[in-house]
Amino acid sequence: MTVPGLSRSLIRDRTWNFFMDAIVFAVLFASVYAIVAVARYWFSAPVAAVQISLSPTAIPRYAFYSLVRMIVAYVLSLVFAIGYGYVAAYNQRAEGPMLAVLDILQSIPVLSFLPGVMLAMVSLFPSRQLGVEFGSILLIFTGQVWNMAFSFYASLKALPRELMEASRVYRFGRMQRFLQLELPQGTIGLVWNSMVSVAGGWFFLMACEMFVLGKRDFRLPGLGSYLQSAASAGDSSAIIWGVAAMIGLVVVIDQLVWRPAIAWSDKFKQEQVESSSAHSSAVLNLLRKSPLLSRLRKGVTTPLMERVYSSAARHPTEANSEMSNWQKALAVLAGILALLAILYGVYQGLLLLKGITRAELMTTLESAGATWLRVIAALVIASAWTIPAGVAIGFNPRLARIAQPLAQIAASVPATALFPVLLLGLISLGGGLNTGSILLMLLGTQWYILFNVIAGAIAIPSEFREVADIFHFSRIERWRTVILPAIFPYLITGLVTASGGAWNASIVAEYFHFKGQVLSTFGLGAEISSATDSGNFALLLLSTIVMAALVVSVNRLLWRRLYRRAETHYRMEA
Amino acid sequence: MPEPLIEARQVEKFYDQPSDNRIQVIAPLDLAVYPGEILTLLGPSGSGKSTLLRILTGLSPASAGQVLWHGSPVSGPCENVSIVFQSFALFPWLTVLENIDAPLKARGVSPEGRFARSLRMADAVGLDGFENAYPRELSGGMKQRVGFARALVVEPEVLFMDEPFSSLDVLTAENLRSELLELWDNKKMPTRAVFIVTHNIEEAVLLGDRIVVLGKNPGRIRTNFSVDLPRPRDRKQPRFTRIVDYIYQVLTQPDTEHALPATGPASGPKYPMLPHARTGGIAGFLELLADHNGREDVYRLADLLSFEIDDLLPIVEGAALLGFVKLAEGDVEITPAGLEFVNADILRQKELFRNAALEHVMLLKQIKRSLESKSDHTLPDEFFHDILDEHFSEEETLRQLDTAINWGRYAELFDHDSERKRFFIPEETPVAPVTVEAGTET
Repeated sequence: MTVPGLSRSLIRDRTWNFFMDAIVFAVLFASVYAIVAVARYWFSAPVAAVQISLSPTAIPRYAFYSLVRMIVAYVLSLVFAIGYGYVAAYNQRAEGPMLAVLDILQSIPVLSFLPGVMLAMVSLFPSRQLGVEFGSILLIFTGQVWNMAFSFYASLKALPRELMEASRVYRFGRMQRFLQLELPQGTIGLVWNSMVSVAGGWFFLMACEMFVLGKRDFRLPGLGSYLQSAASAGDSSAIIWGVAAMIGLVVVIDQLVWRPAIAWSDKFKQEQVESSSAHSSAVLNLLRKSPLLSRLRKGVTTPLMERVYSSAARHPTEANSEMSNWQKALAVLAGILALLAILYGVYQGLLLLKGITRAELMTTLESAGATWLRVIAALVIASAWTIPAGVAIGFNPRLARIAQPLAQIAASVPATALFPVLLLGLISLGGGLNTGSILLMLLGTQWYILFNVIAGAIAIPSEFREVADIFHFSRIERWRTVILPAIFPYLITGLVTASGGAWNASIVAEYFHFKGQVLSTFGLGAEISSATDSGNFALLLLSTIVMAALVVSVNRLLWRRLYRRAETHYRMEA
Repeated sequence: MPEPLIEARQVEKFYDQPSDNRIQVIAPLDLAVYPGEILTLLGPSGSGKSTLLRILTGLSPASAGQVLWHGSPVSGPCENVSIVFQSFALFPWLTVLENIDAPLKARGVSPEGRFARSLRMADAVGLDGFENAYPRELSGGMKQRVGFARALVVEPEVLFMDEPFSSLDVLTAENLRSELLELWDNKKMPTRAVFIVTHNIEEAVLLGDRIVVLGKNPGRIRTNFSVDLPRPRDRKQPRFTRIVDYIYQVLTQPDTEHALPATGPASGPKYPMLPHARTGGIAGFLELLADHNGREDVYRLADLLSFEIDDLLPIVEGAALLGFVKLAEGDVEITPAGLEFVNADILRQKELFRNAALEHVMLLKQIKRSLESKSDHTLPDEFFHDILDEHFSEEETLRQLDTAINWGRYAELFDHDSERKRFFIPEETPVAPVTVEAGTET
């Protein structure tokens, strides 16, 4: 090694670090300005329907507002998910009901929350923009939070018993247990589910930023309403500008946030041996080198954590301490109040449903059938191309290196953003929303299947393929005895997620404001959307219940069984 | 006798069943840990030795009886004990130093004090240079060193170890054992007593100042004696082998001192437990015994096979249950039936096994008879599950059924469909004798 070479590399490191610091500083500065701007906007007088400018120069501002909404909704989701998962995992009595609630809420489409959330928020802050804004944020929240909560719950349940015992015998307080055991255990699951959730948030951004509720027209400044307005006006150049901005934003966030987060979360793997395949992220490496951040850690974070630990040590809390009497009484009281509230809600709901005519009920059931067929069509089409493609990619490392990053970028693009473009093409070809909605479901959900199939194909031990080679299996035999059974558990995981996603997508896919008119096709999603639009709460309630019931029962009757079968029969054991 | 550090008085563990039968995991027993001793607790699987360790440390409560810590009763984890776990139980996301540091953090030690203590402890157990590694980067032996360091850094009064060497390879285990003894003998650790749970007999004798042997079903003390051999102990020493031999005698002897006071409600006649031996293991064991002229000292056999109780004992018990071997004063002797088995061909072996099983093994007899009484010769798992449930814990019930399926299949008494979770007697399909000749062996 020559000395000049060494010093040169040092210089390069130095300058990089300087740049990194400059960037970090700029980011801090910009955030302060952003907070001030957002605050001023939030506390201004409410304007329910902002005039959306279709000029491309307005896009940066709209993108910024949308981003803030996404961030706030995500932070809320994260906090809620951790709290909910924690309580569900440790409180034995609450565990069952809490899981059932998660299961059902997960299957309720975002738009069904809309009237309740919006009206409540607007009446809570009648004189500030904050109300409308917060309603929109809560809507995004309802689309993101459930799978994250479930993931954290599942990680806590999977805590190895001996780690729990170690934390008890070494007298960890509740705080230390949370920071050193429970949160790290849940991190990987939370990171992956956050990615899925935020992608879902982008998907429904248009629906969450601009909607009609009975006679009230809500329109918030943001990228979603920009796209929506552009589509309504049929302004092609604005649509393309908006789509480009959204894709750009999503890809940048993917590179700047999610890739580093995944690479960072590798250290929380619960594995005893070092694995060969690790994620890496250039951004994360740069951040790790930033002297400013490391100084921040030494000067602020570490001492702060020390304070937390030492105060926790001074007030030791045995993890499962008994509740005192008044706490018990309070819990019982809260339980009774919650029960009364639920009963009242059910009563009111039933009153509302009384207005439903027999014909409306029949239509709802028929439209549920129509949407179901579309969901199945989307899943079949998706499987037809993703299974062969995924297996090919999984078997061929060289192909995987090229295809996987591309597929990841393609998957991160919210399909709803492409929808207007797609419709323009479809209409010029003479197709309608019936085909269009299947296409949108497909665009939104095929990736779940593709990525799972790739993972499954990679996990097939090479011995299996060697056996197939040695015994000269025919192509059909190879697929039937080796490939399909081996990828089965992965395929099911992908299909479950895709099916849930497709149901949820139907509400934006079957009903669309386009070129000044409403395009819609017969289906449950269209029914939910139009009921929201016209403020027909009875129909909205009915169709929501039908959809949730359908999704939950398909999950229980079909997917869960297939899942169990996958676990018991097609699991590769080491 | 000095004051005990920890004392268990009439401690027992049981699980109440819906019926009036309850599952006794540990029968009432007394045990004390005294300052200055290494106590090794030895027992087969199912004897409740890990449960006993968790009761003594206060991690899990006893169903009845009392645990005293310096004479006062404990509730919740004891103030000043540490545990070294079989699976290491290191936090994978913390570095070696952070892992050692964690218990000190919990006690509110200042950062500077913590750092110095953790570093000193890491050095003492030979981890210098690895302080900033993550557990997954370490070998099993190094991981367990971290486990030691984390346990010792809080200067526990009693160090508990739950099979600390059993997930390590033989050489690493030997190395770590001698290092542990060196720390102990040179008073380099602040600990006043060490309590080691193990199922390796040699290990118990190598380490223990006192050895407590547990019997199973339910767990109870079968012998409790002091070892006054000087350390380091030599495996070849006649006194060493005598102690090992004695432990084998205790373990292989059927329970003569069964006379537990009948305190528990309705503990009816004991359901005989099927030893968890694989049929192939029993056959191999009989062949080996025949090669040694049909009679051998258990200790010698253990030397040949393994000192792990759970490997050897079930095989010996299984062979004895089937009437293929006899146990006498620490010796195993093959019976005429066993000899016939060894010399038979595969099909004949199965037949001999079948006859022996139907004659001696209650569970197999019961399954066979129940299946035959049904017109379609099939019964669901739950049927037998419910019968065993009354006598064994959930886990043990499943293991019993598992072993029964293995034996039943080998003896061609019945088969099992794991997909539909049913036992059944297959349709008679007589095996053509032509295929057999090639497989004959002696």
